[in-house]
Amino acid sequence: MLDGLQEILFTLRQNKLRTLLTAFGVFWGIFMLVLLLGAGRGMQNGVYEDFGSDVLDFIIVWTGTTTTAYHGMPPGRAIRLTLDDIEAVRQQVSGIRLLSAERFVPDGGTMSYHGKNSNAQVLGVPDDYFKVKEDVPFNFGRKPNPLDQDEIRKVVVIGTTVAERLFAKDEDPVGKYIRVKDVEMKVVGIFYDKGGRGRNSERVLMPLTTMQKMYGDSTFTDNIWVRPAKGVDGFELEKKVLALLKRRHDVAPEDIRGIASFNMAEPMQRVTGLFIGIDVFIWFVGLGTLTAGIVGISNIMIITVKERTREIGIRKALGATPFNIVSTLLLESTLVTAFAGYVGLVVGVALLELVAFGLRSAGAKLPYFVNPSVDFKLALTALLLLVGVGVLAGLMPALRAAKITPTEAMKAG
Amino acid sequence: MIEMHGIHKSYQTGDQSLHVLKGVDMQVREGELVSIMGSSGSGKSTLLNILGILDSYDSGSYLLAGQQVGKLGETEAARLRNKLLGFVFQSFNLLPFKNATENVALPLYYQGVGRKERNYRAEQYLDLVGLADRKSFMPNQLSGGQKQRVAIARALVHKPKVILADEPTGALDSVTTHEIMALIKDIHRRGNTIIVVTHEQDVANMTQRQILLKDGQVTSGAVSAPGAIEAVG
Repeated sequence: MLDGLQEILFTLRQNKLRTLLTAFGVFWGIFMLVLLLGAGRGMQNGVYEDFGSDVLDFIIVWTGTTTTAYHGMPPGRAIRLTLDDIEAVRQQVSGIRLLSAERFVPDGGTMSYHGKNSNAQVLGVPDDYFKVKEDVPFNFGRKPNPLDQDEIRKVVVIGTTVAERLFAKDEDPVGKYIRVKDVEMKVVGIFYDKGGRGRNSERVLMPLTTMQKMYGDSTFTDNIWVRPAKGVDGFELEKKVLALLKRRHDVAPEDIRGIASFNMAEPMQRVTGLFIGIDVFIWFVGLGTLTAGIVGISNIMIITVKERTREIGIRKALGATPFNIVSTLLLESTLVTAFAGYVGLVVGVALLELVAFGLRSAGAKLPYFVNPSVDFKLALTALLLLVGVGVLAGLMPALRAAKITPTEAMKAG
Repeated sequence: MIEMHGIHKSYQTGDQSLHVLKGVDMQVREGELVSIMGSSGSGKSTLLNILGILDSYDSGSYLLAGQQVGKLGETEAARLRNKLLGFVFQSFNLLPFKNATENVALPLYYQGVGRKERNYRAEQYLDLVGLADRKSFMPNQLSGGQKQRVAIARALVHKPKVILADEPTGALDSVTTHEIMALIKDIHRRGNTIIVVTHEQDVANMTQRQILLKDGQVTSGAVSAPGAIEAVG
């Protein structure tokens, strides 16, 4: 076996140009495919970036004033959701994974630390809120926990923008006390929320119970966040939740201002459709490139066999069996395609990484193009496919070569 | 060593059938140096191909070194060739990208002999044919006579039962022809069975016995006369 390999390597070295041409065809096919896949992934990442830090299946419900008369009540009524609504939804609607209130301090809040002031949105949220916002990273400190709620602790988590405004660069905000509405509150964590192009990081979050104590014991909530359970259709769930809330507040079913909602699944659906389109396009072009590579391999294999008919004849006269001939030719083509394909894979991935690194280190923000990368498994599959087809392409001429009688073969060339 | 009885062979070209061998009978004993003579079209190339298990025959029987050579699969034919036969061709048929030693070692490669061992044996046979100083030369660095010596070494290296030489001097000048024939006779004296196919009378004259082929049949010399082996030296 090792001897056979040496024999093959020797032959390949003897035919440098032929080997190089075959290798380049395969290399190019894989290289282009990797680049295409990487570019597609970059676009995907870029679009997802725009969705912010939220999970991709949330539904948010908020209220306004009614626009239609209903049950004898005139339009123009202001509707407000309460914690009772949340309890009602929890008990009467099935298929819910998470529910969370979200209450805003009406005019925002001013906070200060050692003479520095900043304005920020102040939100009171229950513990489940952080499960809805599970993708929001807390890079420093910790997330709030149930004990903060139960013990009505005076703790806050602040967004990175707030932290930058209140604290010096070399100061660690975690554990420090800031003044919110004249109350000293301990900073326990810092989060970064990409939502609203970073404006969601200009927020200060405190336990809902604490807020109720500080701003009046109200059971109102401005928004209700809902996440469907696994396998539950988000659109169906949204309808059920809205229907229940509208019934509870005597809002006409067709009134979209009184109680409104947004379902993340909707833009997701659009985007997913777009990505399927892009994927199909990429694979179409990529497979085209691969096919060109494969045709190249088959061509060169046919020429190779033709060129070597005489050699094959001599070898057969000296005792080479058809199996010897076929396996040698196939191993040769496999070796070349596998090696060249692997190099193409590595170079392609390296180039993508380089581009990604360049974008990162230059701090450049290309719209809709973030962190191009390639699914290595996918690329490897393409490579195996190419090698497989390359072998098949070589098989036909190799089998034909093995069939020629030695005398015929030796007459050729 | 070789016994052929009533060998028939015809080729199909389009709708025409060309009957090339029409019942060939011949015998070659172990240790003989025999020539097969015939003009072009007499069927001697076809006969050689059948002798060399490079081609099949339609009917008759062929016994080679005690083995019946009938309808064989490609693989089996290749094994028999590798075990029993050594070939010398008119056009040498050396692999151009391998040096003399590697060319000679090729039959051993297909016997699964390791690289070191087969190169060692190949060099021994290059010594034997007088090319001790050309072992690592490429074929294009060798003269015609030297190439044929390499080919002869290659035909000997795996110790075959019969050596088949197809017009071994056809591409050589007369001086080299005599050198090569002298080498073939020398190898014969070492106990090898050799069949030379030729259309040159003076080459045939250097063998012990001439089998004359005419229109697909053996017309003379099919069987060796008693005591003939010792007669030519």
